[in-house]
Amino acid sequence: MTTLAFVIGVSYLLSATLFVLGLHQMRAPSTARRGNLTSAVGMAIALVGTVILAATTGVATPLGWAALLLGSAVGAVYGVVRARTVKMTDIPQLVSVFNAVGGGAAAVVALSDFLVRSSTGFALSESIPLVLDVVIGSVTFSGSLIAAGKLQGVIPGRPLTFRGSRVVNAVVVLACLVAAVASVVIGHSVVLLLVTLGAALLIGVLMVLPIGGADAPVIVSLLNAFTGLAVAMAGFAINNQALIIAGALVGAAGTILTLQMAAAMNRSVGNILLGGFGTSDSGLVAVSSQDLTGVRQVTADDVGLQLAYARHVLIVPGFGLASAQAQHEVAELAKLLLDHRVDVKYAIHPVAGRMPGHMNVLLAEANVPYEQMLQLDEANAAFDNCDVALVVGANDVCNPSARESGNAVSGMPILDVDRARSVVVLKRSMSPGYAGIPNPLFTNPSTGMLFADAKQGLVDILAATKEYVTA
Amino acid sequence: MTEQLFSNLGVFVLGLLVGFEVISKIPTTLHTPMMSGANAIHGVVLAGAIVTAALANNPVDYVLSFLAAALAAANVTGGFVVTDRMLKMFGRPRRSAAPDKDAS
Repeated sequence: MTTLAFVIGVSYLLSATLFVLGLHQMRAPSTARRGNLTSAVGMAIALVGTVILAATTGVATPLGWAALLLGSAVGAVYGVVRARTVKMTDIPQLVSVFNAVGGGAAAVVALSDFLVRSSTGFALSESIPLVLDVVIGSVTFSGSLIAAGKLQGVIPGRPLTFRGSRVVNAVVVLACLVAAVASVVIGHSVVLLLVTLGAALLIGVLMVLPIGGADAPVIVSLLNAFTGLAVAMAGFAINNQALIIAGALVGAAGTILTLQMAAAMNRSVGNILLGGFGTSDSGLVAVSSQDLTGVRQVTADDVGLQLAYARHVLIVPGFGLASAQAQHEVAELAKLLLDHRVDVKYAIHPVAGRMPGHMNVLLAEANVPYEQMLQLDEANAAFDNCDVALVVGANDVCNPSARESGNAVSGMPILDVDRARSVVVLKRSMSPGYAGIPNPLFTNPSTGMLFADAKQGLVDILAATKEYVTA
Repeated sequence: MTEQLFSNLGVFVLGLLVGFEVISKIPTTLHTPMMSGANAIHGVVLAGAIVTAALANNPVDYVLSFLAAALAAANVTGGFVVTDRMLKMFGRPRRSAAPDKDAS
């Protein structure tokens, strides 16, 4: 073993260890930031090691270095600017964009490795991961961009389908498969690899277009796992263990999140990919039941009175709060109550917001300490002792029908809001959530409905509460 | 070659298992930053871009090297920076006025 190989080996080993440690530190909010930094140090070590490797063993030309440096500079500037300016409500889109570029980079690395070495031919152990990298990386690239477009609203959130889409899908998948197998077997045909790449890009588009906006976050998470795999495949192709380890870690992370998220939405991943119930966007759900029988309406003034004289309040934030960007208003209301010795906590469903944990980020942005954010189990233990549960823009995640069988949300883990002594639901209308079924919580005798936009409603409640707490 | 492949496969499988083990213990509160942080980690593909750029010797190679480096660098820098921005908010000190749990 040469000194160089030793140094590279140690640097990769060190960086892999730091990646795992960094993820490990993400277990608690107090150490999570350090964990991210640990991973970043691991990344720096891996990159420095690779530069040393390239500088001493490669046949690098000045132009090659220039292309690398220039590319890195352009990419880094774009990445930093986007990361620093993005609004917290738009985080899911940005994660999706970064995911796309990662998958794209993996595909391009495979392509250029193929071009450099195509004259000498490949062993199967190199060509198989290389072609897999091209396929997975390309699918991720185009699919993630479409998903980001849906989340951003540039591409309609509703499922986009067309006549004969099944046939087209089958043809494209078949073409990709044939071209991929032929690439592996023949081993040096650039044309075949480009056909594979093109077909894979098309698969990404066709796969994500029919998926509803509400399900887009699950797809982002799934594509995140794909990128991990693509990067690992790139590692096999160029025989680089840093890529293999990091890719495997991310693949595992994406897979776990995808499964947890699908479970929290009461869907299977297959069901989401093939489209099923819940593929409609919130704005499109026909409000079939604008029927207000059994509904007790309340005013902001009533709510303020209830809150001011409560001892324990739980706030249940949902997608409506995120889309109205009302996290600051809700935090202000909570602060007012806390200042007047009312105990306030947030009950957060795993899929509240636009991706798992997104609501926690939005509340953290509004200065809510994480100690006040209760996860599903903690929250459900707290509802029995709760005087007022204030539901803001959430629906399916607190639908008691989930406890019964035979409906769209049966078995879905929910927040037991109906166990609170009094419930206030702040919502624009009686329209059903993504599951498309009525919510008996709204007609519960202990529930009062306040029909308003989340932001405006909170402003009104805040004003009313101020009256009572200072009185 | 086979020896190399199996060594790499071993690393891959162990990486997956460690990943499952570590990630499944992360609370839902931190899932968004975790996803974003994991996202940054796959930016290590920049190392792949460095390796292939070192072998580049014609215009097509140069263009591909530039492209791979740009995409990967955006992934790695953006990913870490945005994750740090999110986690910084979680780490903020508690505000003084908040009374303790059941003090009321």
